[in-house]
Amino acid sequence: MQKFSAFSLARQAMGRHLGWRPQWRSVVPKPSYDIIIVGGGGHGLGAAYYLAKQHGLCNIAVVERGWLAGGNTARNTTIIRSNYLFEQSSSYYEHALKLWEGLSEELNYNVMFSQRGCLMVAHTVHDVQVFKRHVYANRLNGIDNEWLTPEETKAFCPPLNISPNIRYPVLGAALQRRAGTARHDAVAWGFARAASDLGVDIIENCEVTGIDRDPSGKVTGVQTTRGPIRAGKIGVSAAGHSSVVLAMAGIRLPLQVNPLQALVSEPVKPAFPCVVMSNTIHAYISQSDKGEMVIGAGTDSYVSYTQRGGLHIPAHTLEAICELVPDFRRLRMLRSWGGITDNTPDRSPITAKTSVPGLYVNCGWGTGGFKATPGAANLFAWTIARDEPHPINAPFTIERFRDGTLIDEAAAAAVAH
Amino acid sequence: MSGAFRLAGRGRIDTARPVVFRFDGRMVRGYAGDTVASALLAEGRHLMGRSFKYHRPRGPVSAGSDEPNALVGVGEGGRYTPNLRATQVEIHDGMVVVSQNRAPSLRFDIGALNTLAAPVLPAGFYYKTFMWPRGFWDKVYEPLIRRAAGLGRAPTAPDPDHYALHYAHCDVLVAGGGPAGLAAALAAGQAGARVILCDENVEFGGSLLVDTHSLIDGLPGMTWVARIVAELERLPNVQLLTRCSAFNYGPHNMVALNQRLSDHLAAPPADMPRERIWQVRARDVVLAAGALERVLVFEGNDRPGIMLASAARTYLHRYGVACGRKAVVVTADDAAYRVALDLAEAGVKIAAIADLRPTPGGPVVEAVQSRGIAVLPATTIQRAHGHLRVTGAELAPIGADGTVGRGRTIACDLVLMSGGFTPSLHLHSQARGALRFDDALGVYVPGESVERVRSAGSCRGIFALDEVLRDGVVAGLAAAGGETGPVWTVTRQDAPGAGGFAGALPRRGPGHLALAFVDFQNDVTAKDVKLAVREGFRSIEHVKRYTTTGMATDQGKGSNVNALAIVSDVLGRTPQEVGLTTYRPPYTPVTFGAFAGHARGDQFDPLRLPPMDAWARAQGVVFEDVGLWRRARYFPRAGEDMAAAVARECRAVRGAAGIFDASTLGKIEVVGPDAAEFMNRFYVNAWTKLSIGKCRYGLVCRDSGFVYDDGVVGRIATDRFHVTTTTGGAAGVLNMMEDYLQTEWPDLDVWLTSITEQWAVIALQGPRARDILAPLVDGLDISAGAMPHMTLREGSIGGVPMRLFRVSFTGELGYEINVPSRQAQAVWDRVWQAGAVFGLMPYGTEAMHVLRAEKGYLIVGQETDGTMTPGDVGCGWAVSKVKPDFVGKRALALPAMNAPDRLQMVGVLTDDPQEVLEEGMQLVTAAETPVPASAEGHVTSSYFSPALGRSIAIAMVKGGRSRMGAALYAPRLEGPALKVTLVDPVFYDPEGARLND
Ligand SMILES: Cc1cc2nc3c(=O)[nH]c(=O)nc-3n(C[C@H](O)[C@H](O)[C@H](O)COP(=O)(O)OP(=O)(O)OC[C@H]3O[C@@H](n4cnc5c(N)ncnc54)[C@H](O)[C@@H]3O)c2cc1C
Repeated sequence: MQKFSAFSLARQAMGRHLGWRPQWRSVVPKPSYDIIIVGGGGHGLGAAYYLAKQHGLCNIAVVERGWLAGGNTARNTTIIRSNYLFEQSSSYYEHALKLWEGLSEELNYNVMFSQRGCLMVAHTVHDVQVFKRHVYANRLNGIDNEWLTPEETKAFCPPLNISPNIRYPVLGAALQRRAGTARHDAVAWGFARAASDLGVDIIENCEVTGIDRDPSGKVTGVQTTRGPIRAGKIGVSAAGHSSVVLAMAGIRLPLQVNPLQALVSEPVKPAFPCVVMSNTIHAYISQSDKGEMVIGAGTDSYVSYTQRGGLHIPAHTLEAICELVPDFRRLRMLRSWGGITDNTPDRSPITAKTSVPGLYVNCGWGTGGFKATPGAANLFAWTIARDEPHPINAPFTIERFRDGTLIDEAAAAAVAH
Repeated sequence: MSGAFRLAGRGRIDTARPVVFRFDGRMVRGYAGDTVASALLAEGRHLMGRSFKYHRPRGPVSAGSDEPNALVGVGEGGRYTPNLRATQVEIHDGMVVVSQNRAPSLRFDIGALNTLAAPVLPAGFYYKTFMWPRGFWDKVYEPLIRRAAGLGRAPTAPDPDHYALHYAHCDVLVAGGGPAGLAAALAAGQAGARVILCDENVEFGGSLLVDTHSLIDGLPGMTWVARIVAELERLPNVQLLTRCSAFNYGPHNMVALNQRLSDHLAAPPADMPRERIWQVRARDVVLAAGALERVLVFEGNDRPGIMLASAARTYLHRYGVACGRKAVVVTADDAAYRVALDLAEAGVKIAAIADLRPTPGGPVVEAVQSRGIAVLPATTIQRAHGHLRVTGAELAPIGADGTVGRGRTIACDLVLMSGGFTPSLHLHSQARGALRFDDALGVYVPGESVERVRSAGSCRGIFALDEVLRDGVVAGLAAAGGETGPVWTVTRQDAPGAGGFAGALPRRGPGHLALAFVDFQNDVTAKDVKLAVREGFRSIEHVKRYTTTGMATDQGKGSNVNALAIVSDVLGRTPQEVGLTTYRPPYTPVTFGAFAGHARGDQFDPLRLPPMDAWARAQGVVFEDVGLWRRARYFPRAGEDMAAAVARECRAVRGAAGIFDASTLGKIEVVGPDAAEFMNRFYVNAWTKLSIGKCRYGLVCRDSGFVYDDGVVGRIATDRFHVTTTTGGAAGVLNMMEDYLQTEWPDLDVWLTSITEQWAVIALQGPRARDILAPLVDGLDISAGAMPHMTLREGSIGGVPMRLFRVSFTGELGYEINVPSRQAQAVWDRVWQAGAVFGLMPYGTEAMHVLRAEKGYLIVGQETDGTMTPGDVGCGWAVSKVKPDFVGKRALALPAMNAPDRLQMVGVLTDDPQEVLEEGMQLVTAAETPVPASAEGHVTSSYFSPALGRSIAIAMVKGGRSRMGAALYAPRLEGPALKVTLVDPVFYDPEGARLND
């Protein structure tokens, strides 16, 4: 792997940058691998990386139906935080957050993880109760989260309107200082580069169309648009298409697929210092390094596999943004888009073995799995390598929907992104 | 005439109306009809902005919405708007315009030093560095990068303007009002269709606005346009919208338009919205969005004074401005020749025309040559000279083998470039229409679409005016279902020649240090694009993301095709194999405030007011928001804080009586022969045996088995239930009921009606409630024997129809008087008056919470959080054991739902009776619990109880019901943990004697 640094950049500049090599190898699929990861998003690429790096399993391929990380990894609003309510969730997301904190060095790729702090703004007495419960629960779990008064909220994020005379006044906010954002593409590319360097084959434009199994039911490989590939184990991390892929092995997943939209403004000079989320009025906003206000809109309520939704959804979000930050009313929407999110009934993910031997799945991240990328990848790799879950992801089974051990963050009024 | 470069007698500006505005503090004179760009160009000034990364000096390349360079901030205070295109901003007197992204000034920008560092700042450099030392990224490097990035500064005051939103339907929406769009609109309009025609420009005409050559029916283009527009205006079924861009093409022909209404006015009427969004549902859509000229990619192509040939033509014919004195034209198609002729005729010297094609020819080329203008075939531009303004163009011959020979520099102050025209596919593509690469034209054109949409004219690669008009008519007729349409004869026009160029121009030498821009605004060079491919970013989407080409505020209108061509060249794949990036809406940026429209301030969300809202306000109430409702929280008297007021209200209810506006409770009438069966299936309780006139507490679970809502239900008749829900749950419960009724149990004969708004609810609670109420009800015996707890009676109160419930959420004798909302205040007043002698007092939600907590009554959403079963919250008794099925039954039988260590609702008392726990506190087993630790439970409700004279709390604790008397600890955020004891959650009157009084 060509090392990335200011020094290497300067040295390559002398060679007019002609010396840079592809960040990941372009390969022809081999007939057989020990493990195939289906889905080249951040989660899938990361899983391949950790399998190679931590479990010494290098005969691996990641197969991706389109361009690498063109799914939700490329479409999300990059909010990263770990202050989830339930212990199971917060320890999963905290595992990820800790990995984020060292990820640029781990991958020798600047993923621009920026711990700008994330405010979850309360507008009603009920919000206050819920967010304070988060603060107490997180603190007990060793996760930073603190309560701010409206004035402290304003001091942390000056553009916010905390006037008591607005429709839903700001009554305070929960602040996780270690939360923030990262550069979504860089995470995927960084994992791809590091995994490729460890021998992982990354195969783009290759859609899995079938899962092969032997008479005992164990997986033996996949059918793809580029031909069959044999594999001893298959890990599916296909986000919105996970249920489609698992159906190829006869498994029905409790997933509902909905479009989720986002948008950015035209870039402006630094004007918004942190991430702000308001669950009650549906607004999520931060400012990217480029200067664009990155804004998460809501979920369209119908099931759809198209990567777009209705305009009334982002419009509603912008109503909320204009209330929360009235100075931004004259900013302009530059781009909007949608992704397809895979939502479980309890809005918590599945990172688990399946009932089919050799088949593993990591999905159900829905509207909020970017923040989990290194953590989910890491634990998914563990689960595949050892054929058993790590204690952190052990509760995140498919069976919980059958036995009732749900981890219902959404119902607990946590925010989904 | 103002401006040294203004040409008398030309342009569509109004020279009788001079306009003065300020640019960077300096006065600039122009005319009504000018844009900021045209007025500055009229003064000979091209420098208008600085680029994003290298802070290169930049001038306008275009004359419209595709402008990447000339971005300015306009207005002051709350009306200041960053990043507007100078090429679109119409000037008015007193307007204040500032340049952006420069310090200290536009001419001298310290940030331009970045250009010197360009060799070490290639595409994606930031992914490769700023990683050391750890922790420096977001503390040191990122703030620096952020300050350098961004374009204009963000507004820092609230926008005083308002915006409108309009929904419209039409048969045919025509987007784009050039010749194709006008022809389509007229054809469709004459065929009787309801037509909406919109154009982003100030006036209709499109390409004809700048075409003084062509003749239609013997008329100059704009004369013809005026005639057509007049005809369209006469048609009552046609709506014409200018300054209006179609920006978002959603599913099922839902197209959003953005109409700019007031920015161009110096003093708009106060009630005029600034912009209006039109949400148009069109049966058919005709896209006539035209084509955009492509820039050429060569070294120094970004110098001010280098622009698209079509832009120079626009400045000439629309604004009467010559963009320079001496021009060099570099072209790959014929259109630029017509521009050269127009400019020459206006007095601009054309020093040379460099044509990339080996053998340009045809009438327009000959016309140029016959004017004595030098045409250099097979010639490229090696580089442009100059800094703040172009000073010369180095033209070099292209040999037969493609190599570029030595060139010579021609001095000039204007370089016009034309790489040919790219059809505008944005809207077609937003609607998920397929694209097809047209090999003959060398561009993408629209393919199949799933929508009822047609493209007409140059946006589908048809460029000859006569064909464009015919194409428009055909599209308009097809969309409208008409048969015959208007026919025009084009009596003079230029034939579109073959040609066009995409990619980086051929050059001599490798040009390693040359900056040849593909994306101007984002400073993406041809080298950057090549580097991306070298580093393995082969997908065009990856190239876009790695280099940021096409991600600027022009959304790649000028850059995408060139980037595509470079990638296809490096990879040796056809453009079709490489493909285009997805077109993402909006077509041009749209103001946030316009989306919000009137949904701002109090209108942001509808405000629901209970019937006694005005009365409460008159009492000096403090409100709280609950869902959309504004509810009375407490009624402070002079000098009282919340605690004092709430304590007084609670004491009044326990000691005498309190009155409470409970109208926000959700109410649903469930009616029909199968009403009882429906209730049985929907609620966890059993309903069949509930007799008429009786009430029961009902619990609803989701299919997950978790409590979703609760409320008292009364049976009015065999086939009629009066269901109440929580305030926040009303809509959700009704939706869920409808969902089950329509999808799971269509066999049931049941109607559901929301009656929340119809019945106001006056809660009268306290030991004197009956004394107050008895004389008021008309002939109804409400004595304890006649009307016991949990019953209901229909009757009237002072002549007002009434459903009277004897229920209590306070633990006292109590009634809920349901009366029609319109008469509620009158009834309330009578109760209020009657209660005066008994010490009746109004109370709010806060006292209500305390009173119910003293009784251990749960609040759904406070004790429950969507993960609690009825058993968890002590309501296992409500769940029918005998019903064959109900929503949640299967889930409730799961082992995990019955585990002994589930969270269970308990009461909690602190050791110190004055210490009030904070809601949300966690409970642990040891006083000193090292973090991280697991919680035993958490506090859900906590108050100071006036009745008990101490603090009380409710908590959800693992296996709590079997741990009565046990001690737990509540860690505080600061200071030692508080010791608590688990107790029964009913703190007050556990026998319920007061209820049944
Ligand atoms: C608009 C939006 C905003 C969001 N905001 C946030 C946020 O702020 N914070 C946050 O934490 N999360 C957010 N999310 C969620 C987050 O993006 C996802 O949970 C996360 O990126 C999922 O990563 P992934 O790698 O699992 O999925 P993806 O990146 O979608 O990768 C799955 C891949 O599988 C591939 N695939 C599918 N089927 C097949 C097949 N048959 N064969 C081969 N390959 C296949 C797909 O092409 C895709 O590339 C947001 C999502 C959206 C849409």
